[in-house]
Amino acid sequence: MSNENDQWHSRVLETNIGFFGGLTAIAILIGGLVEIVPMYTVSANQPENAELVAPYTPLQLAGRDIYVREGCYNCHSQMVRPMRAETMRYGEWSRAAEYVHDRPFQLGSRRIGPDLQRVGGKYPDGWHYEHMRDPRSTSPGSVMPPYPWLLTATIEPDDVAATMRALDRVGESYSDADITNVAQLLNAEGSAIVAHLSDAGITASADTEIVALIAYLQRLGTDADVAIHGAAALTPEAP
Amino acid sequence: MEQTTSPNTPRYDDQIARMFLSATVLWGIVGMLVGVIIALQLAWWPANLGLPYATFGRLRPLHTNAVIFAFAGNAVFAGVYYSTQRLCKVRMFSDALSWIHFWGWQLIIVSAAITLPLGLTQGKEYAELIWPIDLAIAVVWVAFAVNFFGTLVTRKTKHLYVALWFYMATVITMTVLHVVNNLAIPASLTRSYPIYSGLTDALVQWWYGHNAVGFLLTTPFLGLMYYFLPKAAERPVFSYRLSIIHFWALVFLYIWAGPHHLLYSALPDWAQTLGMVFSLMLIAPSWGGMLNGLLTLKGAWDRVRTDPVLKFLAVGITFYGMSTFEGPMMSIRAVNSLSHYTDWTIAHVHGGALGWVGFTTFAMCYYMVPRLWNRPLHSMKLAELHFWLGTIGILLYIVSMWTAGVTQGLMWRAYNEDGTQLLYPNFLDTVTQLIPLYWVRVVGGLMYLVSVCIMAWNFIKTANAPAPSSAPVEA
Repeated sequence: MSNENDQWHSRVLETNIGFFGGLTAIAILIGGLVEIVPMYTVSANQPENAELVAPYTPLQLAGRDIYVREGCYNCHSQMVRPMRAETMRYGEWSRAAEYVHDRPFQLGSRRIGPDLQRVGGKYPDGWHYEHMRDPRSTSPGSVMPPYPWLLTATIEPDDVAATMRALDRVGESYSDADITNVAQLLNAEGSAIVAHLSDAGITASADTEIVALIAYLQRLGTDADVAIHGAAALTPEAP
Repeated sequence: MEQTTSPNTPRYDDQIARMFLSATVLWGIVGMLVGVIIALQLAWWPANLGLPYATFGRLRPLHTNAVIFAFAGNAVFAGVYYSTQRLCKVRMFSDALSWIHFWGWQLIIVSAAITLPLGLTQGKEYAELIWPIDLAIAVVWVAFAVNFFGTLVTRKTKHLYVALWFYMATVITMTVLHVVNNLAIPASLTRSYPIYSGLTDALVQWWYGHNAVGFLLTTPFLGLMYYFLPKAAERPVFSYRLSIIHFWALVFLYIWAGPHHLLYSALPDWAQTLGMVFSLMLIAPSWGGMLNGLLTLKGAWDRVRTDPVLKFLAVGITFYGMSTFEGPMMSIRAVNSLSHYTDWTIAHVHGGALGWVGFTTFAMCYYMVPRLWNRPLHSMKLAELHFWLGTIGILLYIVSMWTAGVTQGLMWRAYNEDGTQLLYPNFLDTVTQLIPLYWVRVVGGLMYLVSVCIMAWNFIKTANAPAPSSAPVEA
């Protein structure tokens, strides 16, 4: 009597691998499809003002690769939640548009150190240099390991060009001219940071990894205005 | 064993099960050792050794990948190869595929152990391995799938036993998750960039990440439970109907829960809410599995005291019930607002990993080793020591991390008396507060590691004991 369904399961499903496997596949596909497909097909799910957020510059890309390589996401998040305690500590909460150029995303899942979404512009370049060289020199009690090798290792323009080409293929847009001239672009951008470091009494070379990482860290979170206010943020108001 | 007692039963390939089991123990020790090292690094930063290859940021992915794919992965394969042949009353479909699977998987693990400390990574949690290794994983996994389904097709039994349903779900779902999450365009042999960006990448990644937990650390282990528990307890599964209901509910509901990792992010609210609601619903099928396991022990509880297989299973299943209650609770937005980003998550994961996955694996090993090597276990006393050291180790680990998580979560949101300012505006105050608890974790993790080394020693002594003259063990 009550076992009809059980019997069907036993008679039909458990004797037929194709049917059983097919039903399992359908069962596991539904949830993923319902959650992921609308991200592409429903316009309400597209981040607002995404088109206004500039792609990463070549040096920022190089810095981001270092951020990923060193596994910074294992200890630092890049997502300020819309809660008072978070906005008081870090600043504006995160908007979707700020992430549109993030491949891979680096939201993180654990804050062994603080969130970094709003770290851009928070400290001078020299602070970051010292902090990466010896974290405890700027942050007493920190458990972060020192990263002295970033001060001497250099970035390869060819690697950055390869990154730009691959990113261009997945939907970011980098012009052929930028890719060809990547060495000059890297140098120009790096030199500005080197000048800041020099003001702080630090001698660094524009092609070092630390300079690229600083370029990336100083970019973080600086798109909040554009993401929130749209084009209005790009045209400064008359005084 | 079966094949030697009856001339009708086919001869099974037990060598492949022996190899996967040995690899499980070996990689388990390696993965847990790295875990203890990174735990030490958080308590005492000089343990980063001043080397790029040994920093927390590079070793933590090595730890997670080693315990998930090397320890738990090999354990699943050992159990699946052992039990599938017996449940289908037939040898594995292809010995060649079995060998390709074994050596391919070990090669993947070795490549992971080399590339991750070098900083070669995709930068997505639990999917760090670079694209050439991802391709190798896909190929080896397909070899496994063909071998597994081939064995089911050629089976000499009519019905597929419940353990096999869970194995099937594992093989099918992991294929989909791995392929979809790792779609990327290479920039070089060691670097690639995902086709998804920003929050879409995050959504795909946590759909993968959460379901890797679901379909590599949950479904196959439930399958192992359904095989080894009734065998060891010598009792039938408590409820066949419950196993049907909780299987279908689990495979359908699990896949929706990923967005609970992105609560309060800029991911659209409807997706966050779906993730939360489905996570809550997951309690039902999870506890269905736990109850079906524990109730199968009815009438065998006296043997739980003496038999290491049943003892580890009983505690493992209990941890499964605890973790699958805790997980849905943490998916509730209000709870998540406190627990997210803290060590509470680490406590939750390790309740599942050390308790459920670890102890279920050890139970399976204690069942298989005497049978696969055809010798009685070298020492029951050492097994008992393993059990208690491991259990106390888990408790020290998760209690210290719960405390650390709640402490830090509360400190982050603490205000001064009139509520106008943060009480701990310096983030570091919320870190240094945790250091004593980090030391407790090191001790707990070390105890667990030592307990596994004791098990390994026990197995080595068992395997190297002189062959018994009498009939094979049937304990």
